[in-house]
Amino acid sequence: MSYSTKLSLTINGQARDIDVDNRTTLLDALREHLHLTGTKKGCDHGQCGACTVLVDGRRVNACLTLAVMHEGDDVTTIEGLGEPGNLHPMQSAFVKHDGFQCGYCTPGQICSSIAVLDEIKANIPSHVTSDLTAEAAVTVEEIRERMSGNICRCGAYSNIIDAISEVAGTRA
Amino acid sequence: MRAFTYERASSVEAAARVGASNPDAKFIAGGTNLLDLMKLEIEAPTHLIDVNGLGLDQIEPTPEGGLRIGALVRNTDLAAHDLVRRDYPLLSRALLAGASGQLRNKATTAGNLLQRTRCPYFYDTNQPCNKRQPGSGCSAIGGLSRQHAVIGVSDACIATHPSDMAIAMRALDAVVETVKPDGRRRAIAIEDFHLLPGDTPHIETVLEQGEIITAVVLPAPVGGRQIYRKVRDRASYAFALVSVGAVMHEDGTGRIAVGGVAHKPWRVEEAEAELTKGARAASTILMAGARPTEQNKFKIELVQRLLSAVISEARG
Repeated sequence: MSYSTKLSLTINGQARDIDVDNRTTLLDALREHLHLTGTKKGCDHGQCGACTVLVDGRRVNACLTLAVMHEGDDVTTIEGLGEPGNLHPMQSAFVKHDGFQCGYCTPGQICSSIAVLDEIKANIPSHVTSDLTAEAAVTVEEIRERMSGNICRCGAYSNIIDAISEVAGTRA
Repeated sequence: MRAFTYERASSVEAAARVGASNPDAKFIAGGTNLLDLMKLEIEAPTHLIDVNGLGLDQIEPTPEGGLRIGALVRNTDLAAHDLVRRDYPLLSRALLAGASGQLRNKATTAGNLLQRTRCPYFYDTNQPCNKRQPGSGCSAIGGLSRQHAVIGVSDACIATHPSDMAIAMRALDAVVETVKPDGRRRAIAIEDFHLLPGDTPHIETVLEQGEIITAVVLPAPVGGRQIYRKVRDRASYAFALVSVGAVMHEDGTGRIAVGGVAHKPWRVEEAEAELTKGARAASTILMAGARPTEQNKFKIELVQRLLSAVISEARG
């Protein structure tokens, strides 16, 4: 048996084939093999959320999953959400509300934010949801709790909440 | 990280056989804990068996009126499942009190039970740790022990089991279903699944080499007010200092399991008989024989206070 594996996956809508050392995390595959450096490596231990990407539409820490475990998966990174001149609404809202200072955590914050709104829409409850049998609602309290896996050491949290709230159509 | 070979398991039985034949092999599902430990070389498997393709991701009613939860059901999906929210809200609450949204999307039901302690000395490979390196000593005893276990401890280890989910499973009397390498199945009561540290803190469950969890089964719903209270150093995304999972009935009886205090979910059925007399009476029995350190003796009182809060909330 081999210490490396060939795999095919879809990254931002494009089919990609890579041959990786089995140890390669999805994060390192994106950054070092596919040169998609928008996804950031912060702690590399699942604690900071800077590496958050969407796999089959669900947010995960790209640092805590092996690339070889994603054969056939559909991965969306910050590069796949929008680009200059054609930003995703969440990207525009982060710019408008000054949802960052250094920007290092921002790709993860934005990927996570988009998934948070999808999770609320899918009626997935959170720790602060008061009634488990009621529909999940978009509130500031819900957004704060659901974004707790994304750390911003510059402390742009209140502006991040404003940006997400605007996209969700609620007032922060 | 050490190099390893990788395979995708074709069946539960085949995975169990490979797991049994190679003591340096590990199963990987969500990987959120295992990969972290592999990066630090606390875990160094030479072969990974990816079990994600085995199905085992269904939540189904059982003929007995309970629920069979596939080993690979993700924490998010389990917490959000309609029947869990309606009939076992304690389980939803406990899951949602743990980790982050990203981690819950990957972490599995079986993996949650099998996660390792977050004792900082277990993680620091420069320090002795009987769990990481049997016989090397325990750095937490006499070290910084504020987060550590207060009951069921040994002279070899005072680590806690970090799971929130397992506390709910213990209060709900879950049963862990497995397949052994010889193909035989067994059902293990959650009470018996996790071990106290004793002289062998590196052995954490009763699972045999290669034995694989296929499901966790909940008995028929027991009703009652189901409450999970967790005290931690941050409002979100932190492990428990102490947590209480409770099923409380209108007549004041109930069940309680406690997290953050022991090497396994802590439940003492005799203490539950005292619940109608109040938190002090119940927690006195629940925590009898505790051996806290100077730094974590606050947990004893915290258990009582949390229990008191739970009883009040149930009456509410």
